[in-house]
Amino acid sequence: MRVVLAEDLFLLRDGLIRTLREHGCEVVAVDNGPSLLRALLAEGDTAPDVAVVDVRLPPTFTDEGLQAALEARRRRPGLPVLILSQYVEQLYANELLAGGEGAVGYLLKDRVTNTEQFIDAVRRVAAGGTVMDPQVISKLLVRSDARGTIGSLTQRERDVLELMAEGRSNAAIAGGLHISESAVAKHTASIFTKLRINPSADDNRRVLAVLAYLKR
Amino acid sequence: MFDKPRTVACRACVAVGRCQLASLHAIAVSAVGSLVVLALLLVPVGLGFRLLPPAARALRALSDRSRSRADRWTDARISPPEPLPVDRVDRALNSRKRSGAIIADEGFWRDLAWAWLEPVTGGLLVAVPLALIEYGAFGALVQPFIWRRIDDGNWYAFVPVHSTITMCLALVLGLAFMAGGLLAAPAMLRLHTRVSRPLLSAPRSVQLAQRVERLTDTRARALDAQAAELRRIERNLHDGAQARLVALGMTLDRATRLVETDPAAARELLLDVRRTSEGALQDLRELVHGIHPPVLADRGLGDAVRSLALDSFLDVHVETRLPARLPAPVESAAYFAVSEALANAAKHSGAGEVGVVLTYDNGLLRATVTDDGHGGADPSRGTGLTGVRRRLDTFDGTLDLHSPQGGPTTVTMEIPCALSSPKTSSS
Repeated sequence: MRVVLAEDLFLLRDGLIRTLREHGCEVVAVDNGPSLLRALLAEGDTAPDVAVVDVRLPPTFTDEGLQAALEARRRRPGLPVLILSQYVEQLYANELLAGGEGAVGYLLKDRVTNTEQFIDAVRRVAAGGTVMDPQVISKLLVRSDARGTIGSLTQRERDVLELMAEGRSNAAIAGGLHISESAVAKHTASIFTKLRINPSADDNRRVLAVLAYLKR
Repeated sequence: MFDKPRTVACRACVAVGRCQLASLHAIAVSAVGSLVVLALLLVPVGLGFRLLPPAARALRALSDRSRSRADRWTDARISPPEPLPVDRVDRALNSRKRSGAIIADEGFWRDLAWAWLEPVTGGLLVAVPLALIEYGAFGALVQPFIWRRIDDGNWYAFVPVHSTITMCLALVLGLAFMAGGLLAAPAMLRLHTRVSRPLLSAPRSVQLAQRVERLTDTRARALDAQAAELRRIERNLHDGAQARLVALGMTLDRATRLVETDPAAARELLLDVRRTSEGALQDLRELVHGIHPPVLADRGLGDAVRSLALDSFLDVHVETRLPARLPAPVESAAYFAVSEALANAAKHSGAGEVGVVLTYDNGLLRATVTDDGHGGADPSRGTGLTGVRRRLDTFDGTLDLHSPQGGPTTVTMEIPCALSSPKTSSS
């Protein structure tokens, strides 16, 4: 798998390159916005399978990385991008999800300390999935709670909804909650009925539908 | 710009009424002015000492009224001079000393100079539209009825009125005069303000002294606020991230000692280290967000407020009309002000929807936050808005709370500032 990595801090970039290589990825590392955009739009043999991008990059040290990723996805819809950031903003999450194509991820930088989960996230995004940081989702859930839009769910259903919104598959949800996969399927069916969301067999559509509901 | 003809006519009529008031006022001013001069002339014989303080005070009352009218009628803010020494110094002083203090006061002499100018500007400038209208009324409303009874030599302006045709001419001319008077009235009022302004406003030195006083005050408060903020950050780092890092070091030490003898326990400790480091990062993240929210630094005020709206439990609609980025301190102050207003709306108003509008016009950033709650907010309760007001003070900004019983509540914040850079963000 060919990964474009955009990170300007040397220590972190070095660590990420090593982690990704250990897991059999070919890494193209860049350290600023313009060269990131070039690397993202490369054609042929050098075209990336997925990009891991820090939000804040030189030269402006603002959200250069995110802007480059969004621009690349405008030109190439569905280009898989995983955004890493020191903080999560609902606004940025919405911009990433706006196209509705999936193949996006938005994680706190802290998550790279858990190599297994980080590599799993990169693979899921590369495969067209959606990965949202637990913090984005927990903020959305707190807000939905306060607005009373998910009051009808049981605690277990809420747990399942949370993991589903993070972009996890039924198998992963079952593993995370120590329940069987069929129990998860039962809970998801019940959630969809209660919240009146159209159930979808496609995992990615399911995530997007759940996120759209929570953002209301 | 393009008002309906009716409102233009209304405004002209109001302006004519104001002209009438101003010219009557001018008569009062000249009378009081003469009284003050009389008092000054009587000073050598002693009687003036008794007469001067009340006369000067009456003149000041008239000039104060002119200043407030200039503000109401023509939106021209005129800074008032220092109060007269009579009102400032000890009332127990004898009238001789009080008169002396008045004569030494610069504001008093400016009042007097204005009293001599006002009959000219108020009496003549402002009387022009009145004269036009009254003479026009004579031509249009009176001439048609009286011309038959008057012999030759009945002239209206330059028209000799002796036949129906010339009477009609006089009528039209009269109407034209009236229209001219109506149209001239607002302009004359503005001109009047402009002419009297130099004498009505406080002397430059007084204005500067007032400004210095205000700046000293706001600077002291800004420094206090900054020091308090630094103390808060220091305490936060000390109790948060720093403490967690120390704990992390100790756990690592224990893990190192156990790694040979009890690898399973060491593994548990290392997992604990990871959790602690995540906690430390979370602490730092919250601290950074409280100092300067990253989205504000990245995108500027508009998107930062949109981000606040997304995090709010209420339905927040944001409308921004900002042509470019604003100076960072202004953005930050405005952001925290809007944040506080939104938090108040969520906590106290019982509102479901909130509208936030950000505009920039003629060097003034204006943020309004309106909720559809039950209103009746008390600005003196709670420290949030007081803090915001204090912060805006540093920028000569203002905060205005309008919250009638039954709602809606509107918070309006204004900060004068220059634009800092053209907008670069794509949104």
